[in-house]
Amino acid sequence: MMKQAFRERLEQGDILVADGAMGSLLLARGLTTGDPPEEWNLTRPEVLREIANLYLDAGADLIQSNSFGRSPLKLADFGLDDQCELINRRAVEIVADVVGDRAYVSGSMGPCGKILEPYGDLRAEDVHEGFLLQAKALASGGADLICIETMTDLAEAQIAIRAAKEAAPELPILATMTFDPTPRGYYTIMGQNIETAAEALAEVGADVIGSNCGNGAEGMLAIAREFRRVSDLPLLFQANAGLPEIKDGKVVYWESPEFMAEIATSMVRAGAQIIGGCCGTTPEHIIAFRRAVNALAAP
Amino acid sequence: MKDSSEIALALERGEAKEVARLVQTALDSGVEAKQVLDDGLIAGMAVGGGQFRRHEIFLPNVLMAAKAMYAGLDLLTPLLQAGDDPHRGTAVIGTVRGDLHDIGKNLVGIMLRGAGFQVIDLGNDVSSETFVAKAQEHGAKVIGMSALLTTTMPGMAEVVELLKAKGLSGKIRTVIGGAPVSKEFAEEIGADAYAFDGVSAVDRVSDLMEMDG
Repeated sequence: MMKQAFRERLEQGDILVADGAMGSLLLARGLTTGDPPEEWNLTRPEVLREIANLYLDAGADLIQSNSFGRSPLKLADFGLDDQCELINRRAVEIVADVVGDRAYVSGSMGPCGKILEPYGDLRAEDVHEGFLLQAKALASGGADLICIETMTDLAEAQIAIRAAKEAAPELPILATMTFDPTPRGYYTIMGQNIETAAEALAEVGADVIGSNCGNGAEGMLAIAREFRRVSDLPLLFQANAGLPEIKDGKVVYWESPEFMAEIATSMVRAGAQIIGGCCGTTPEHIIAFRRAVNALAAP
Repeated sequence: MKDSSEIALALERGEAKEVARLVQTALDSGVEAKQVLDDGLIAGMAVGGGQFRRHEIFLPNVLMAAKAMYAGLDLLTPLLQAGDDPHRGTAVIGTVRGDLHDIGKNLVGIMLRGAGFQVIDLGNDVSSETFVAKAQEHGAKVIGMSALLTTTMPGMAEVVELLKAKGLSGKIRTVIGGAPVSKEFAEEIGADAYAFDGVSAVDRVSDLMEMDG
């Protein structure tokens, strides 16, 4: 069976489930502190296949590539910039190989980690060039869509969206920002609120907008409601399983699959169309989300 | 100093030329450089720090205020060096090994400089050996470490352990911060302090600088 076009699924109002966290699963499989997780695309592809399978079996409709931190600007810091194209392409190929027609392959692009001019010293042209290279590689590996996530600066998010559209004009683009709670509502660290973000992301042509990471599911529900109030675009939300805490030297997240799935249901009722997880979420969380979404769809 | 509120306002607006003009005016009218620094620039940056903590202003405002502050500091530095030690002590800061996120760390650097400390910024992806070697080289009493990733936090413990192994505990003190870092984590690894944000980093570094060592 051919994979139905992603945009069609959105237009017919289907609720989709995205996957959960990657980093914690890699650490549990032996990734060393301080090492770039994307190197495993070349050295330990079997681990990434296993993780893609876990999320696929959990019922995710979208499976992300292990390429979040692989913008060329960051790769240069690790001395791997000449491998940027290969690492990003392999990230997508591994997932595409596992999921076939059973899920959409989502090519992940994260922030470059520096501050743009005029506040920092990073030039917009350089950021654009980096995202362009990354998006081209993700598209060539067989991505069904590009997911630009964890952005805290709208200017950078807009550059990434434009670069992705230039690299792969036909691919749908998902763009999610990270917001902090303030007494005046939710803002990015750069001082942009949800209404401003929704407008700016739509302006440059994002197909789906929303939020990921942050302070846990309940905060994300408030963010989802605000997005629905200010935007007509399909919405995607991927909350953290709460804030990380340290227990016996290990990082733990406390929000359970059941708790997060209940809030995911509320998010869908509030107008979210794609629900997944960020830091601290596991295949168990995604199983619970799948069940919740199926329950909503049942007559 | 009567110009201090004007300087604070110019800093808040990120007006570098106006800050430089006000600093020059204060100097011309006979105010000591040290007083212009303390009551003008440092006091003004503290106002911005409070506003940032209360989410009344955001990162771009702080970054622009910092640029404006440097315009004033450039005028004061040569005058200060002729007299008293211009700095309240030296801190070495950086993001730990494997972590490339330096926005929070940069903010802490700005706040510390704004509070009158000399800051040696080692950048990101800094090894424990580099932290300790640079602190010794610059005579720093404090090492400030930042991490955004839960996967890189153990790098902080490595620095604490290395200081212990070299017999430098109590001579060079550590303060840690970053999104996944907590007071409990600081206690667990034996760091000397935990800073929730850039403003509290200034408070903690001030405390640590004043301790005997």
